[in-house]
Amino acid sequence: MRKFYTKIDNIAGNVATLKATGVGYEELALVEGSWGKSLAQVIRVNGDNVSLQVFAGTRGVSTGDRVSFTGHSMRFSFSDDLFGRVFSGGGEARDNRGELTDNLIEVGGPAVNPAIRLMPHRMIPTNIPMIDVFNTLVEGQKLPIFSIPGEPYNELLARIALQAEADVIIFGGMGLKYDEYLFFKNRLEEGGAMNRSIMFIHTASDPVVECLQTPDIALTVAEQFAIKGKRVLVLLTDMTNFANALKEISITMEQIPSNRGYPGDLYSQLASRYEKAVVFEEGGSITLMAVTTMPGDDVTHPVPDNTGYITEGQFYLKGGVIDPFGSLSRLKQQVNGKTRDDHRAIMDGCIQLYAKCRETREKRAMGFEMSDWDNKLLKYGESFEKQIMSFSANIGLFDALQQCWNILAEHFEPRETGIRSNLCDQFWPKK
Amino acid sequence: MSSTGRIVTVYGNMVTAEVEGTVRQNAVAYCQRSDGVRLMSEIIRIRGKLADMQVFELTRGLKVGDPVEITEELLSLELGPGLIGMVYDGLQNPLPEMAAQVGKFLEPGHYLKALDRKRDWDFTPLVAPGTVLTAAENLGKVKENIFDHFIMAPFTLNGEWKVKSIAPAGKYKVDKEIAVLEKDGQTVSVNMIQRWPVRIPLGIYRERLLPTQTMVTKQRIIDTFFPIMLGGTYCIPGPFGAGKTVLQQITSRHAEIDLVIVAACGERAGEVVETLREFPHLKDPRTGKTLIERTIIICNTSSMPVAARESSVYTAITLGEYYRQVGLNVLLLADSTSRWAQALREMSGRLEEIPGEEAFPAYLESSIARFYERGGIVELKDGRKASLTVGGTVSPAGGNFEEPVTQGTLKVVGAFLGLSYARSYARRFPAIDPLESWSKYAGVIAHEKVAWAHGFLKRGKSIYEMMQVVGEEGTSIDDFVIYLKSEFLDNVYLQQNSFDEVDAACPVDRQQHLFEMVTNVLKHKFEITDKARARDLFFTLTEQFRDWNYSPWQSDQMKTAENAIKATMSSKEAAHA
Repeated sequence: MRKFYTKIDNIAGNVATLKATGVGYEELALVEGSWGKSLAQVIRVNGDNVSLQVFAGTRGVSTGDRVSFTGHSMRFSFSDDLFGRVFSGGGEARDNRGELTDNLIEVGGPAVNPAIRLMPHRMIPTNIPMIDVFNTLVEGQKLPIFSIPGEPYNELLARIALQAEADVIIFGGMGLKYDEYLFFKNRLEEGGAMNRSIMFIHTASDPVVECLQTPDIALTVAEQFAIKGKRVLVLLTDMTNFANALKEISITMEQIPSNRGYPGDLYSQLASRYEKAVVFEEGGSITLMAVTTMPGDDVTHPVPDNTGYITEGQFYLKGGVIDPFGSLSRLKQQVNGKTRDDHRAIMDGCIQLYAKCRETREKRAMGFEMSDWDNKLLKYGESFEKQIMSFSANIGLFDALQQCWNILAEHFEPRETGIRSNLCDQFWPKK
Repeated sequence: MSSTGRIVTVYGNMVTAEVEGTVRQNAVAYCQRSDGVRLMSEIIRIRGKLADMQVFELTRGLKVGDPVEITEELLSLELGPGLIGMVYDGLQNPLPEMAAQVGKFLEPGHYLKALDRKRDWDFTPLVAPGTVLTAAENLGKVKENIFDHFIMAPFTLNGEWKVKSIAPAGKYKVDKEIAVLEKDGQTVSVNMIQRWPVRIPLGIYRERLLPTQTMVTKQRIIDTFFPIMLGGTYCIPGPFGAGKTVLQQITSRHAEIDLVIVAACGERAGEVVETLREFPHLKDPRTGKTLIERTIIICNTSSMPVAARESSVYTAITLGEYYRQVGLNVLLLADSTSRWAQALREMSGRLEEIPGEEAFPAYLESSIARFYERGGIVELKDGRKASLTVGGTVSPAGGNFEEPVTQGTLKVVGAFLGLSYARSYARRFPAIDPLESWSKYAGVIAHEKVAWAHGFLKRGKSIYEMMQVVGEEGTSIDDFVIYLKSEFLDNVYLQQNSFDEVDAACPVDRQQHLFEMVTNVLKHKFEITDKARARDLFFTLTEQFRDWNYSPWQSDQMKTAENAIKATMSSKEAAHA
């Protein structure tokens, strides 16, 4: 017989506290009232005081509402029926097709034993030269896209999703504008990928607590597919909204904030999600790409800062292009030694020259005389931006490498490039 | 005598229990879930009948009223032969074994023995019955990989004890009695396993010495410019993406040391996996054995429970101290100490302690100091020297070195290898900032020579800054050449390509040879008056030196490169004034 409680003592923020016994930490509860019903999770037990985080928010919740405990933690149905479906951040169907109730799995379980992980070793081609050549994406990698609001980060995410040839695409939207949700849905449908996609959508108008659930449910489902040998691509946008939801709850719970109001465990909270990225021995994998918008374009803001320490690099989207200096794929070394002999040399050489070009531009802006060398650098920079960096460049890796050699040969002598002489001998375009 | 209690509060990884009987601070306790699973915990605060515990596992499912069993023992390690080559979590559970028994995921409540009970060890006694000895003196030895692993009298012995019996040479398992000691009619049975609490420094020796010998890392910028010594301490602070972990990995591969302990503390699992999967196949050029045979990995990655992260650095350093006690030169690489400090902060927040700067607890600095002070070089009781070198990375929030963990660490270490955004963005690796970093230790090249070369870097930087204001045309050719020389030194000496088979590791004789060659260029008075031609000349020299760096030691390729350099230096362009 399920036991009902009908007296809530405190309601503050999205947290309701009541007296109950025999309740487990992180157990799921159901709150029902005249306003409707909502799931809630136990976030503290202190004697017989139980604090509940109410998923739908506490607006309208009455102290006389009925609370019952389910005896288990958050669960979600897992099967192939998920494909093509759209759910809310809390896991309820939002596509007018029925709820799924069979094969329930626990959401947010323990971490994968590091000893059974494999090193990521397969390149994911994207046909974006700034990624393929300079910061190669690798299967099993976790990589955020840092940008300010207004940049085309969602387009980038969608382009990667369609290009990456994953078995399963799982999309987790947090605090999305409704149009952004429709944009993704349309792109996946147009690209013919909806039948291998699953969407978990928390929009800006949905309750904040559901924002916290979104990545957990999305990643739990991803993990199940990966265990079954599927190559899963998880796209999350926007993790800054997730972090802000964490901040909201922790302040309500009167935790001492550490930095700009964020809780002291922000790093651990983000890490436990990002670390779901994995390659299993049996072939399954989770690759995780997540948008992190940077308030005020400030990379030292706690959210991008902590994220950068967790993830295996980052793509900086700035002025509509993937910035070659801030961007980094830490795992590129795992794959770019096996593509072509000149890959690494081009990667380093072109960027070093482009860095010098930027310095020269600063000099020019200050009105200094340009030497021959400076002029070479300036012209090189223009070609490089137009042919390689531009977001419209859509060419495969080898074509992109060739393009880089052509640009170098157009502007420099081999020894000016800093590229090893034996590679120049081999690849320098013959005039 | 153990005590029992009942849970009254569960909040995150902190559980409070009401306890009957006595409780010891930092003792191990087990919280029992209603399904019978026991979760390991540590007592961290006692208030009357209430004991606050940090739980080393996910606390999901714990209820008020669930039983707690409180032991007498402090959080301790199992020490003995067979630790080398192992991969442990922060509580010394062997992870591969765990995967074999429990599966893909780290399900809570599983604890395994750290040392293999089935393995036989070839024991040779070193004492005869009647010998009088004290704690940590050798009773015998076994061979662990290439090392003599000395089996010592228990570390906890008080005063002088007499060997009553000792096992003859032969094969024994770690838990088999190998000696009996006696004192005043009392006897103790001794096997190869010792237990030691992680939070108490293990150091039983004649005296602690001053570090005097450079620890060679084969990284030019470190060994020449910012050296580390056996028994010394150093830190590597840097923003994300500057290459802290890569530097740690390079060091773990190439350092000339007996044993490396890699403590992955709150960092990415992927990095441990790289070490885990590659070390069994990489050769250590010093011994010809694989690298894993000189490595212990302690792995508490960022998604594993945070309380075990806090204890994992202590686990790592206790293992280091143990092998120093055995007589080895040990290097502990802790990556990253900031994650450990954050774990302290998380717990301190849950305990509702009054926070210090950036919400870190007030005892942060003293905890950091105590940790690094556990390193050092010592003379053991039998006269051998052994050392524990400690290197920790720091991940300052926003890359700002003014934050409490970096500042607390700088006070207590002997060398500071600061990584910079600017250098890593310009792809200048290792991205150690040559103008900010310092070392109090002596390196592989005489200090005066290094200081002289370092002068070029300083002058080059100020000339470069000046050029940003007055332009190249406003810079004198002499200054311009100094700037080119400083860039040259940076390019061919400080920078090192860790992905090139040859350049990745630069041994001492090679460093000394290259340093001479670079010094010749730096000393050379170039007569050039045209800046474009000067730049051109240095491009050529840089390329030729790079080719030299990529050539195997004393190969024909290297001779060719050296001749090319000589030709350039004696060309008309480079003519003497």
